[in-house]
Amino acid sequence: MSHDHHDNHHEEGGYHATYKGYLIGFILSVVLTAIPFWLVMGKVLPSPRVTAFVILGFAAVQMIVHMVYFLHLNAKVEGGWSLLAMVFTTALVVIMLSGSIWVLYHLNTNMMPSMDPQTMRNMP
Amino acid sequence: MAIASTNANGAPVFYDNGDHHPQQGTLLGFWLYLMSDCLMFAVLFAVYAVLGRSYAAGPSGADLFDLPIVATNTALLLLSSITYGFAMIAMQKNSKAGVLGWLAITGLFGLGFLSLELTEFAHLIHEGAGPWRSGFLSAFFTLVGTHGLHVTFGSIWLVTLMFQVGKLGLTHENKRRLMCLSMFWHFLDLVWIGVFTFVYLMGVLP
Repeated sequence: MSHDHHDNHHEEGGYHATYKGYLIGFILSVVLTAIPFWLVMGKVLPSPRVTAFVILGFAAVQMIVHMVYFLHLNAKVEGGWSLLAMVFTTALVVIMLSGSIWVLYHLNTNMMPSMDPQTMRNMP
Repeated sequence: MAIASTNANGAPVFYDNGDHHPQQGTLLGFWLYLMSDCLMFAVLFAVYAVLGRSYAAGPSGADLFDLPIVATNTALLLLSSITYGFAMIAMQKNSKAGVLGWLAITGLFGLGFLSLELTEFAHLIHEGAGPWRSGFLSAFFTLVGTHGLHVTFGSIWLVTLMFQVGKLGLTHENKRRLMCLSMFWHFLDLVWIGVFTFVYLMGVLP
C-alpha cells in the first residue's frame, strides 16, 4: 500500500490542489488588487507618498497570497528546497533593488546638483 | 536511493524512507530557473526605479497610462491564473477533456492580455512615446515588454501542451510538463503584481 501511495505521490508533485484553495486565492487577489486601484484612481489618500507605500504593501501581501494559494509553496515542497531557494532569491532581490536605488539616488544628487532645464539647454 | 542494510534475520532495514528527497528533480530545477528569472526581472525593476522619472521633457506616466485598461489586463491575467488552476485540478482527476477545456480558456485569457498590451504599445508608439523617447520609456518598454514576451512564450508552450495532451493523453511526462507550465504561468502573474503596482499605479501618482 505504502509503495503505491509513494509512487502516486511522485506523480502528483507532492500537493493536492483544490477548488477551495484556488478560489480563496482568487478572491483574496481580487480584493488586494481592487483596493490599490481604488486608492490611486479615486485619490483617496491625501499624500501620494503615503499612497505609494500603502499600495506597495498591498502588492507584497498579494505576492505572498499567490505563492501560498497558486504556487503552493510551503516548507514541505521538495523537502524545503523550493522555499529555501525562494528565500535566498528574495534576499538577493531586496539587496539588489534597495542597493541600486540607494547608490544611484546619491549619485544623482552628488553629481548633478544644478541640472535644471536651463543648464541642460546650455550643455555641450 | 534509499540507504539499506539488513538486520539479524536478513530482512532489509531502510533508514531513509524517501520522505526527504526532492519529489521531482525536474520541478525543483524548473523552480530554480524561475528564481533566476525573478532575478532578471528584479534588475529590470531596479532599472525602472532609477530611470522611471527621467522624462527628458517628454510625457510622464500620468500623461500616458490608461488605468482602466491596466485594470482589465490585470483581471485577464488573474482569471487565467485561476483557470489554469482548474486545469490542474482536472489533471488530478485524470480528466483529459477538462484539462484541454481549461487550458483553452487560459490561453484565450492570455491572448486577450497580449492583444490589449500590444494595442497599448502601438498606441504609445503612435503618439511618439516609443522606447527611444526618454529613459523612462526605455525602462518601461524593456520591463513590460519582457513580461509580455514571457506571456507570449508561455502561450506558445500552452498550445504545444494542448496538442501533446490531445495526442498522447495525460501521461506521466505530460503531467510533469503541465506542472512546470503551471509554475511558469502563476509566476508571470506574480511578476505582473509588481508591474501594475510599481510601474502603472505609482507611475500615475504625482
